Amino acid sequence: MQTSAVTKKIKTYFKDNLGIIVAFLVLCIFLSVNPITSSSFFTTKNLFNVLRQISTNLYLACGMTMVIILGGIDLSVGSIIALSGCVAAGCVSRYNLPLPVAILAGLIIGLLVGMFNGFVICKTTIPPFIVTLATMNIAKGLAYVYTGGSPVRVVTKEWQFIGAGYIGPFPTPVIILIVVLIITAIIMNKTKIGRHMYAVGGNQQAAEFSGINVAKVKFFVHAFSGVMAGLAGIVLASRMYSGQPTAGDGAEMDAIAAVVVGGTSMAGGSGKIGGTIIGGLIIGVLNNGLNLLNVNSFWQYVVKGVVILLAVFIDYIRNKKSK
Amino acid sequence: MGEQILLQMKNIHKKFPGVYALKDINFELHAGEVHALLGENGAGKSTLIKVLGGIYEADQGEIIIGGQKVEIHDVLSAQMNGIAIIHQELVLVPHMTVAENIFLGREPKKAGFVNHDKMTKEAQILLDEYDMHIPADSLIKDLTIAQQQMVEIVKAISFHSKILVMDEPTSSIADKEVAFLFKTMKTLTESGVGIIYISHKMSELEEICDRVTVMRDGTYVGTEVVKETTKDRLIAMMVGRELENYYTRDYQNPSEVILKCEDIDDGNMAKGASFELRKGEIVGFSGLVGAGRSEVMKCIFGLTKNYTGKIYLDGKEVKITSPVQALRAGIALVPEDRKLEGLYKVQSVEFNATIEVLDQFIKGIRVDGAKEDEITQKYIDMMATKTPSLEQEIGNLSGGNQQKVMIGRWLATNPKVLILDEPTRGVDVGAKSEIYSIMNELVKQGMSIIMISSEMPEIINMSDRIYVMANGKIRGCLDHTEVTQETIMKLAAV
Repeated sequence: MQTSAVTKKIKTYFKDNLGIIVAFLVLCIFLSVNPITSSSFFTTKNLFNVLRQISTNLYLACGMTMVIILGGIDLSVGSIIALSGCVAAGCVSRYNLPLPVAILAGLIIGLLVGMFNGFVICKTTIPPFIVTLATMNIAKGLAYVYTGGSPVRVVTKEWQFIGAGYIGPFPTPVIILIVVLIITAIIMNKTKIGRHMYAVGGNQQAAEFSGINVAKVKFFVHAFSGVMAGLAGIVLASRMYSGQPTAGDGAEMDAIAAVVVGGTSMAGGSGKIGGTIIGGLIIGVLNNGLNLLNVNSFWQYVVKGVVILLAVFIDYIRNKKSK
Repeated sequence: MGEQILLQMKNIHKKFPGVYALKDINFELHAGEVHALLGENGAGKSTLIKVLGGIYEADQGEIIIGGQKVEIHDVLSAQMNGIAIIHQELVLVPHMTVAENIFLGREPKKAGFVNHDKMTKEAQILLDEYDMHIPADSLIKDLTIAQQQMVEIVKAISFHSKILVMDEPTSSIADKEVAFLFKTMKTLTESGVGIIYISHKMSELEEICDRVTVMRDGTYVGTEVVKETTKDRLIAMMVGRELENYYTRDYQNPSEVILKCEDIDDGNMAKGASFELRKGEIVGFSGLVGAGRSEVMKCIFGLTKNYTGKIYLDGKEVKITSPVQALRAGIALVPEDRKLEGLYKVQSVEFNATIEVLDQFIKGIRVDGAKEDEITQKYIDMMATKTPSLEQEIGNLSGGNQQKVMIGRWLATNPKVLILDEPTRGVDVGAKSEIYSIMNELVKQGMSIIMISSEMPEIINMSDRIYVMANGKIRGCLDHTEVTQETIMKLAAV
């Protein structure tokens, strides 16, 4: 009984995400057999490297999946990365505070911006796109103000452990990623607020009739997205040995890409974290593969755009057929 | 009226993956007639219309217009063949003017630019021809639904359409506007246009239609002349059997008062309504659209927060300012507009059925899947809902089955008082009858039901007592032994 339920879940997972799983596997196989990359792609070092790189994007994508399920969008996450990274780095290098305090400060920065987004979105009818566009600029501006435009360097060993270190054989960000994914999956699938997210995103008016506290759900989701961005900021600042006001530029778009490639509908009301994971992996492996293939970085943008479109297109065709 | 055949659809077949949507359908439309297309939800009416309108292509069969076989591949070729469809959901552009909508895509040009003056003038001539008091330069979003429908009709006429399809045009407009719509339809048929009319309302058939074709489960059942047939016969054709007891109702002796409301006033549509509900009774709320019935119920269910008045439940005064409080107190409300206020369309039947009672199977982060299935199954069985599985997307069910899931959703909260707002709107006859017998069963078990309904036969046959509302106030209360349509209308029309 228990096992059959689990196999059923796995089956539906593969069925729902068939298009992108196939795309992902094709990509991996191509990189494994291609003479230029075959020696470098399928190595532990490189794979861990890929995972380390996609970690920060997937932290953001966890929050973004929820936001998009609500039918909204969060453009401020990229700027939160910069602000939280700079503040956390500043805590260590400028004020000589202990590492946990710095981490906490970074997370709180993310939480505050997210809560602010949530507050405005709940209390007004200003579209999330506009609200987060504004906070995106505000957060970015504050990061520049705080740093004066130059990086905040941190050279302590403990600091580098978060983004560039290892726990056993595993890169620290990957361990953090696993924890974050488990938490996100639990919230989305196992809690009341998770169900309420799908309800609010699917039909807000119906959610009100169902006695769901719509404002509370929106507030929570935006706050969560902010915290995830705060976390990404700390990890990235650690990996770069410095908090940089330019960090996270355009990161919100990569996160949105992962979510959308993962099959979450921009219309809201549907989507799964499992899809987002594959979406993030595709984008990560693609970036890595293009680098290994020595593709000109200008062309990488073009290829990435085409692949995003293709991946979504496959699912579009499949959905159209099944209807 | 001539017997000139305008349109013939012969042996139409259409298959979708897993569903045989149309099986050998024959349909014929004369010039100058209104031909009703009747059938339960899922009978294949809309599919047939979509084949005619070029949205779907038939797998087999032929379409003959004016004696000539035509091929309809897409919407454009349907238009070229003189077919115009007025969908239930209107497809006008809200922020453009009436004239711009009528001439959308074929605007009169002058030196390459749109000639606005000419366009507005021509549109106004068309509008005036049918006595529609609509300025051609007003924006669509400022018009009422009925007026928008008129614009759609004028748009169809401007294409010189000979075949006009109207999909439930009266479902969302008031009685006065219905009369005007019917007048316009008569003018059209006199000029030789044939109208295919889809409606759930039997009473309209006699008023406006000449012939009626009945479909069931994707098959053709028969065509009748409206004047020579009976309502019972048509219902029998639709459901495939005689419905013996369309309304099931065993009147009991309702005991003590369970819900008492005094001077409910939301400062807007509800203006001081007072009424009582006793244990084990169905109380009907009748009145015209806009009488304030739904608004009063929204106060009692806590959806409207700033209202005045008192609510007593079981003799004790209760304060209700949110749906959560209402549900906790034992009051549940099944909303009027299923699509807008009830359904989570892209989610499963199970998600939709259990959203109110998550507490019963989610404790912290532990989800009891078996319990969840059990609750869903219980109310699916109770409501006799037809669904292939619990995981089925609810949007794929018929209107009747969706409504059953909705009622089940709020029944799962175990309410003492169940408020049903238009419980059978857009529900086919078979499912309607089933919903009535379930309501009867519920009150027998001691539940109390408030039913808002605009359908006279339903409210007269199902209620113990009927409150009639007008202008936000209760105008009177009628016992089921004395109630007639006339007594209700006398109170409702002020």
